[in-house]
Amino acid sequence: MAIFSVYVVNKAGGLIYQYDNYVPRTEVEKTFSFPLDIVLKIHDEKVIVSFGQRDGIRVGHAVLSINGVDVNGKYTAEGKEILEYLKDPSNYPVSIRFGRARLSSNEKLMLASMFHSLFAIGSQLSPEAGSSGIEMLETDMFKLHCFQTLTGIKFIVLADPRQSGIDALLRKIYEIYSDFALKNPFYSLEMPIRCELFDQNLKSALEIAEKAGTFGPGS
Amino acid sequence: MSRQSNRSTDTKKMNSELFTLTYGALVTQLCKDYENDEEVNKQLEKMGYNIGVRLIEDFLARSSVGRCQDFRETADVIAKVAFKMYLGITPSVTNWSPAGDEFSLILESNPLVDFVELPDNHSTLIYSNLLCGVLRGALEMVQMAVDVRFAQDTLRGDNVTEIRMKFIKRIEENLPAGDE
Repeated sequence: MAIFSVYVVNKAGGLIYQYDNYVPRTEVEKTFSFPLDIVLKIHDEKVIVSFGQRDGIRVGHAVLSINGVDVNGKYTAEGKEILEYLKDPSNYPVSIRFGRARLSSNEKLMLASMFHSLFAIGSQLSPEAGSSGIEMLETDMFKLHCFQTLTGIKFIVLADPRQSGIDALLRKIYEIYSDFALKNPFYSLEMPIRCELFDQNLKSALEIAEKAGTFGPGS
Repeated sequence: MSRQSNRSTDTKKMNSELFTLTYGALVTQLCKDYENDEEVNKQLEKMGYNIGVRLIEDFLARSSVGRCQDFRETADVIAKVAFKMYLGITPSVTNWSPAGDEFSLILESNPLVDFVELPDNHSTLIYSNLLCGVLRGALEMVQMAVDVRFAQDTLRGDNVTEIRMKFIKRIEENLPAGDE
């Protein structure tokens, strides 16, 4: 999975589409008996490991599911508080899955708006006039590529640093957007994109990009 | 008619007569519904506007033209690339105003009005007003406010169809970053 996610941001800076293409490899599910030897605490509405790192369960990992059922923030799916649930010996043995907490959709919205502002700052910092905004952001784990159209829509792709052909992929996503989102008369501009055809075509475009590494002409 | 296969550089052929018939059905239905030529003209322009704001993205995605530096470049791109891409015709750009903010597009042929004759009771109907809306909507999305109107229309007895485009101002709100 060399392309991790795709974000589409509208003119005003709001996130209108988001797709995650990766499976986090660092999820661990284990069965525990009372008492739990891992110290948990609540942080940011999530239950995370604060002490007791072992067997692939690291500090900072969040509780993702209990007994196979995904949790809901700091509550189980049934609405019980997780910490209370785990203090009760009658609930054991219990199977808990730990992993790196995924971003919630609110967090993604916030991060997209923040990126929109940083993008503008990028062009303002430029020593020369008429510079574009941020086109690429690189970290050791991923590269973020951003393409802004003349109409102000931004297409953002997070990919493996070694993945090539992302520019062509961004143009391809622009084409898919102009086809399956805009030509759908029931889609209103600047609103969240909820078009199945857009999803399907985006997924196949990502697959092609990952396999071929690049798009040829006429694809 | 929707494209679900991979796009090649030329578009799938569709019968242009079906297109003419569809547009004709649209205009006649609007005439029946509104019964007032002015109102129909307004509705056509509005519909064109909604088409324009979507069409511009398709145009930019497929043609990869960059931002135009001045209105003359815009006129050239509209006449030589956009009209060619969507209607298969290449109007000529003429009659530039001295200030360089107004020009005319002269269309030799107009695919929308094949086989059409305007009856006498619809003499003020601007049949192809959809095109004005499309141009206005599309340019608004690239931060240009323009006024588009028909100066001459073959359906109303003139020799050629002339669309007059006037640049009003650059839209400064919501400029994409890096475009000052």
